[in-house]
Amino acid sequence: MKKNRNSGSLKAWLYLLPAIFFLGAFMVYPLIDVFVYSFEEGYNSASQTYYGVGSYNYSYVLHDPYFLQAVKNTFLLVIITVPLSTGIALLISVGLHSIIPLRNLFQTVYFLPYVTNTLAVGLVFMILFKKTAYSDGFVNLLISWFGGSSVDFIDGPYWAKMFVLCFYTIWVVMPFKILILTSALSSVNQEYYNAARVDGTSKFRTFRKITLPMISPMIFYLVITGFIGAFKAYSDAVALFGTDLNAAEMNTIVGYVYDMLYGDSGGYPSYASAAAIILFAIVLTITCINLLASNKKVHY
Amino acid sequence: MEVKLQNLTKKFPGRDRKKRLEVVAVNDFTFEIPDGRLIGLLGPSGCGKSTTLNLISGLVKPTSGRIFFGDDDVTDLPPEHRGIGLVFQNYALYPHLTVRQNITFPLENLKGKDKLTKAEMLEKAMEAARLVQIEELMDRKPGELSGGQQQRVAIARALVKRPKVLLLDEPLSNLDARLRLQTREEIKRIQRETGITTIFVTHDQEEAMSISDMIVVMKDGVVQQIGKPQEVYDNPVNLFVARFLGTPPINVFEGGVRDGRLYIGEDAVMELKQMQEACYPGMPGNVPNQEREIAVSGTERVYAAVRPEGFRLREEGPLRCELSGVEVMGRDVSVVSRNRACLNTPIRSIIGTESMDGNFSMERLFSTQRPVAAGQRTGKKGGEAADAAERAEGNTADSEERNIVRFELIPRKVFLFDRESGNRIYFDRETGG
Repeated sequence: MKKNRNSGSLKAWLYLLPAIFFLGAFMVYPLIDVFVYSFEEGYNSASQTYYGVGSYNYSYVLHDPYFLQAVKNTFLLVIITVPLSTGIALLISVGLHSIIPLRNLFQTVYFLPYVTNTLAVGLVFMILFKKTAYSDGFVNLLISWFGGSSVDFIDGPYWAKMFVLCFYTIWVVMPFKILILTSALSSVNQEYYNAARVDGTSKFRTFRKITLPMISPMIFYLVITGFIGAFKAYSDAVALFGTDLNAAEMNTIVGYVYDMLYGDSGGYPSYASAAAIILFAIVLTITCINLLASNKKVHY
Repeated sequence: MEVKLQNLTKKFPGRDRKKRLEVVAVNDFTFEIPDGRLIGLLGPSGCGKSTTLNLISGLVKPTSGRIFFGDDDVTDLPPEHRGIGLVFQNYALYPHLTVRQNITFPLENLKGKDKLTKAEMLEKAMEAARLVQIEELMDRKPGELSGGQQQRVAIARALVKRPKVLLLDEPLSNLDARLRLQTREEIKRIQRETGITTIFVTHDQEEAMSISDMIVVMKDGVVQQIGKPQEVYDNPVNLFVARFLGTPPINVFEGGVRDGRLYIGEDAVMELKQMQEACYPGMPGNVPNQEREIAVSGTERVYAAVRPEGFRLREEGPLRCELSGVEVMGRDVSVVSRNRACLNTPIRSIIGTESMDGNFSMERLFSTQRPVAAGQRTGKKGGEAADAAERAEGNTADSEERNIVRFELIPRKVFLFDRESGNRIYFDRETGG
């Protein structure tokens, strides 16, 4: 009996071996390694040596003005884009759901950004917003039509650059959210709406009391992944402002990590690791708060 | 509140884009539902009964025809202004709300002068809950309730606004057999207590027959027959209705009428005069799409349909069938047999055990299922169906012939139908067949 159980579990481990090997080698080991690096002071990647173990890396990173700028940018991006993109996506999905003619066409149109390359989209945004010697960009053209004065969105004031970054991020993440929400909406049983109609429920109340709770798991999923995705933003900023993000004051935490590793001022894997661990801690905290807050509001 | 349906018709556009065929779900439905009654809309799936219910509820707009609640024309009113309560087939309870919140949900929609205070709402909800006996479940979520309890909550939610008409869409189809019996009594009781005109849809004829004051039998969007359950059962207007009602189903034979007699196969089973005398006392008035056909003459080919309880075991009975078994169900016994002229095989005839007299013993009937021993056959005096059959067949040793069972038919349980149209063939009281 005992022998049987042992050989059974041995077999099970054997089956799991390939997955364990790859997960361990490419996920668990690097994670632990990053954690270890973050505590090794004065690590030199060329000689693979360090002079001590301690929290100096963290204190350096936390006192680095570039890092603080990156944290500020990232938080602004998260706080602005996640609620806005989810809210607008919900509005568009509800709109898409309630029109019948050409629904498929509109769904395709709204999904197009999802299959478009980030950098290509960045180029389009440059044309829309960038001020060059020859033109002020399309958006400035519009602003001047309405009597405003032109703004340099790419190299100009901080709020203008932040606006473009948020606009861009929302635009890029929207299609996926619309896709998820339209399918969530169409999975709500029509009988609930019929029941609400018979009871004389107003459209708005039906939406608030029936539709929203019914699709709340999907909204919650989008908020969680939206938070995580926005905290990890980097390529969006690069597509708009180029690789020297510190100079543009538009760096993100992930961008800071990258710069510390490979940027012009790079070559500091310990600082990068410490920053990455800090990011990890932030995302973990926010996700836990999300989970706790959702317990009351999400109905499975 | 009486509900009047006038020439109600609903056509749905066809799915096929090339053909553009319209599907007529409800065809020219005219019917007046009296106040405070329980009405069963009955028919096989796809017959338009649910569409009719949705037309009455206002969820579906009719293609033509009018709907009246009392004297008010409600055809163009949206569902919320019709004053109806609707119980959906899958109950459609909001899963994220508690039972109490589900029941008060319709009340919270009231505006203006009808607006209720929180206390009034809770009181009304409690009242409705008491009616369906779910007071102790008020704080649960629908997911924590059994199917029968969910059904009650759905009924309470439909009743809480005191609707003028209560509509139930297949109310029992999601319940198990035992619960179904219990719930249908419950529906009947609630309807009696509230006195609300109630219309329910079902495909189960037993369910409809057992609790409705009136049933409406539908087929392919056309109303076949409307009447009290027993009347419809005793007097089907066509073969469809006859076959649809009753378990076990009616037995349909290919029959012929010659010389004032009804023949099934080679057996002259009945004098037409007998049927005429047993003829029902007057037809129920409302028989749509139906002209009374009179006169059975010549050698007309007909369908003769016999209710299972229309058979009587008789040693010299005129209808000979081949016995294939006996099913004992306690209260009664059903004799399973075959006949070449019968469209449904096997024939099931129900013989009440209490009606068995000394003339007939069950043991002897059972014994015919196995080859009867010679001593047994001759040792007893005649009088058993099996022996009678044997004698009639000339005492052959062939086991097939030994298993002949003979029936006499009860005239009022036999209906004749036209072979082409399936319509009932009636007898004129004066002239006869």
